[in-house]
Amino acid sequence: MAARPIVEARGIHKHFGSHHVLKGVDLALAERELAFVIGPSGSGKSTLLRCLNRLEEPSSGSVVVDGVDMLDPRTDLNHARQRIGMVFQSFNLYPHMTALGNVTLALRKVAGKTREEADAVGRTALDRVGLADRAGHTPGQLSGGQQQRVAIARAIALEPRVMLFDEPTSSLDPELVGSVLGVMRDLRESGMAMVVVSHEMGFARNAADRVLFMDQGLIVEEGTPSQIFEAPAQERTRSFIGQIQKH
Amino acid sequence: MSAWDRFLEAFFNPVVMSRYLPDILKGTLLTIELAALIIVSGLALGLALALLRSFGFRPLNLLIIFVVDLFRALPPLVIIVFIYFGLPAVGLSPSGFVSTWLSLMFVLMAFSEEIYWAGITSIPKGQWEAARSTGLTYGHALMSVVLPQALRLTIPPLTNRTIAITKGTALASVVAVGEILGMASSAVSNSYNPSPLTMGAVAYLILFLPMVVFGRYLETRMAWKR
Repeated sequence: MAARPIVEARGIHKHFGSHHVLKGVDLALAERELAFVIGPSGSGKSTLLRCLNRLEEPSSGSVVVDGVDMLDPRTDLNHARQRIGMVFQSFNLYPHMTALGNVTLALRKVAGKTREEADAVGRTALDRVGLADRAGHTPGQLSGGQQQRVAIARAIALEPRVMLFDEPTSSLDPELVGSVLGVMRDLRESGMAMVVVSHEMGFARNAADRVLFMDQGLIVEEGTPSQIFEAPAQERTRSFIGQIQKH
Repeated sequence: MSAWDRFLEAFFNPVVMSRYLPDILKGTLLTIELAALIIVSGLALGLALALLRSFGFRPLNLLIIFVVDLFRALPPLVIIVFIYFGLPAVGLSPSGFVSTWLSLMFVLMAFSEEIYWAGITSIPKGQWEAARSTGLTYGHALMSVVLPQALRLTIPPLTNRTIAITKGTALASVVAVGEILGMASSAVSNSYNPSPLTMGAVAYLILFLPMVVFGRYLETRMAWKR
């Protein structure tokens, strides 16, 4: 039985002024699936991701997440966004709060939990990313890798149906990347549906179900990791893969 | 009588000083009352305007910017005189105390709004995005995430600006308010001796020097840790 996709985006266009960033992108993500998006900078990968939870307003097209039409003006966007976790390149932790405070803010303000309930959920989430002992630390007292794991805990504490990762390791020192990828791998094994924009090709090879190559606002090619990395059909894909593998 | 003696006689005359000390103290209390009213109401109104402005409702924002620029451009004394001598023409007769309070309140409101606003806009967009992506409403993101960080940034400039404007309470002497300078001036006229002005200056120092020092302390303590 083909299950209804958890994310279904169709015909997404996005203009920034005269700049046409997305030129009709379709993306369907099944339950438990990990889709990995690669492409040169400026290809529209991040914009696509940000259209899925409407941090960016698509100029046209449709986005349905977990059965909720994200672009319908009657949709309670704040409610819908709780089902879509997002992790940013620059972590974006709240610097004036502890790790636990970061994780529990939305639980208290949006999910309506009491402080005790929120703290319990928050501690569980921090434990899942291996930072139970850092609950009382502020972001300034944590390494980049730890900060990004707190950011992941902040998202998963809301029990999202899908997680969006926007270059989660790009601003990390190389030795800290592994800890974040490890958490992402655990999440994947727990069955979380994920869309990951990243340059971590090793992670893509052994964790992704599907790799999508974007260029100039379009999905040029998609397939299994081995198809895309070993036998890309499109010339543009080939040259991009060739370039990153030189490094 | 030497020049030194004449100087002491003029500015440190013990007889005149002891006679007018109670007046200066009364004036000091009035200055404190006036300053407290200006600070509380001015800073609260400034914050309210900055919060309203953050909703990005264009016609309202143009109005806020117009009002704020108006009160930043006008000399405070002009506003005081306008309210005190102008409003009676339309049947309102605010006292000198109220005229000064309202005037400096508006001036502090205007300057503090700009400072709060600068603080709010200096918070990186990613903070808003992270908050909104977890389902926080605009209001929650503003009040729980952005404003606490913005306020911390604004404390040093806000302290300095508050001191600068609150010193303007001396202008109230022009509209017959018995605050420090008013009391000192009338004591000078009555005693034909400027010693009360010395006491007035000392009173201002006692009131404002701690605030200046406190402002400097905040500036170093609140410096953003990077």
